[in-house]
Amino acid sequence: MELKVLGQEQESSGCSSGSCGSTDDQLSHLPDAIREKVHNHPCYSEEAHHHFARMHVAVAPACNIQCHYCNRKYDCANESRPGVVSELLTPDQAVKKTMAVAANIPQMTVLGIAGPGDPLANPERTFETFRQLSEKAPDIKLCVSTNGLALPAAVEELSKHNIDHVTITINTVDPEIGAKIYPWIFWNNRRIKGKKGAKILIEQQQKGLEMLAEKGILVKVNSVMIPGVNDKHLEEVSLIVKQKGAFLHNVMPLIAEAEHGTFYGVMGQRGPTHDELQTLQDACSGDMNMMRHCRQCRADAVGLLGEDRGDEFTMDKIEEMDIDYDAAMIKRAEIHAAIAHELEQKQKQPKESLVTLSSIKKETRPVLMAVATTGGGVVNQHFGHATEFLIYEANTTDVRFISHRKVEDLYCSGGDTCGDGETVLSKIIKVLDGCEAVICSKIGYEPWSQLEEAGIMPNGEHAMEPIEDAVAAVYKEMAESGALDESESNNELATA
Amino acid sequence: MAYSIVEKCVKCHACAPACPNEAIYEATLHFMVDPKKCTECEGDFADPQCASICPIEGAILDGYKVVANPPGSLTGIPAEKFEEVMAEIQAR
Ligand code: SF4
Ligand code: SF4
Repeated sequence: MELKVLGQEQESSGCSSGSCGSTDDQLSHLPDAIREKVHNHPCYSEEAHHHFARMHVAVAPACNIQCHYCNRKYDCANESRPGVVSELLTPDQAVKKTMAVAANIPQMTVLGIAGPGDPLANPERTFETFRQLSEKAPDIKLCVSTNGLALPAAVEELSKHNIDHVTITINTVDPEIGAKIYPWIFWNNRRIKGKKGAKILIEQQQKGLEMLAEKGILVKVNSVMIPGVNDKHLEEVSLIVKQKGAFLHNVMPLIAEAEHGTFYGVMGQRGPTHDELQTLQDACSGDMNMMRHCRQCRADAVGLLGEDRGDEFTMDKIEEMDIDYDAAMIKRAEIHAAIAHELEQKQKQPKESLVTLSSIKKETRPVLMAVATTGGGVVNQHFGHATEFLIYEANTTDVRFISHRKVEDLYCSGGDTCGDGETVLSKIIKVLDGCEAVICSKIGYEPWSQLEEAGIMPNGEHAMEPIEDAVAAVYKEMAESGALDESESNNELATA
Repeated sequence: MAYSIVEKCVKCHACAPACPNEAIYEATLHFMVDPKKCTECEGDFADPQCASICPIEGAILDGYKVVANPPGSLTGIPAEKFEEVMAEIQAR
């Protein structure tokens, strides 16, 4: 196959196709079939992402490559949160669990298989799950994440199912760089190390991407940003994968802590700062708007309705459930129609948010804010319950979604050994680095004062308001108080 | 002669489906090889499949009880280079 090599790519100077203009123009690099799909896709359309959720089932334990950011005791770092070991399910159990959740939480529309290993390195288990679900629950869309090594061989089978999208983790297109990320692969019944292995992996990823695009299956590409390894290179990767038909390129930060036991963690490889990450994300994305919406998708259906529901769906409880899926499907269709209707109504309303930023008269600098929400597009989560924050940027003309930041250690499986209040709070403060306000439904006195001290203004005055409006309102307040006058530095805000 | 799996195994499951003889099974503490079924992949593959996909150095022993993937063989960093590579990575 022909592989685009660094340097042979067209100059990226000026405006690459898809990096400017309206949303429609941003899709212009995509084949027609894919553009059509993305256009009306709930996950990538304005608003809709707040109302739907996906869930993952862990049916695929084995992996066929080694990534330096992965510890094989845990779930695959490509897609899942590190440190959480999912309950390994058989395909039958996974199907049951999916249908149980779908019947009880109608917002769950997408089922993903992402590990704990590589789904396509476990083709029997993965495809058995897909086969059964396509048959028994045709209203659930399927998605799968892969490292790409076994992708070309799986495309035919994938195309037979109700696949919503495929995510490929592509960290490089250069075998030299690849060898620093992937020490070996298992290919054609041999272990192949170093550059040679990386080259095969890269070829298979690119070939798989092209084959999926040709079949009209949506492909999202994830890249892990590793400072000093592929950070300078990912802009190039972004261009190449979009050219080949990926509809979305998503750059994620490397998370490497010694206690995760990964090679990078143990060796002391650092992850990017929020700043470095954002700069790269901005440079990479021609399809920024779309990407930002996608990234707001709730990844955890069981968590969608609050934190307590996970207990309702343990395997032994599910075994006892008697699910009438035909009835559930009718109910689901009604609820989905109601959501669609609500969205349509919202879209008919004038786009202006209730708070008009244009009324701000002076020149003020942009500000990052963190928002605690459980979904639905509104500020509705207690600060102390937030396990992740949505980061927004506000300026005098616009409010835009920037990223998710997870409070990773709250997910720590260590149970008793972590969760000590003070440490968690200082970790959250670290996670919120660069933000000048945090908007939540409520917040306790203790965290309030510590946040304030760290230069992050807590705000609990916008509970149940739409996120964008709340962010705009807080920005306006800040602007009017003079806290954002261009001459002032970031830190002075805390005392303003 | 047969390969065997020892306690360093992290139960990642990769080896079991790779074995041409279904000789590998999950036991309580780690995966195990049934020595009666293991052929060392003779006649099926040039390399023993379990030892070729296992991600953990030291988890699998060959027929002579010699570690199939010794320290440094999977990270690609020999022990004497460890400090050097670590310093290089930390400078990134
Ligand atoms: S050496 Fe081959 S036959 Fe023996 S357990 Fe490993 S994979 Fe199976
Ligand atoms: S591949 Fe290695 S670590 Fe994984 S289950 Fe087999 S022996 Fe254990």
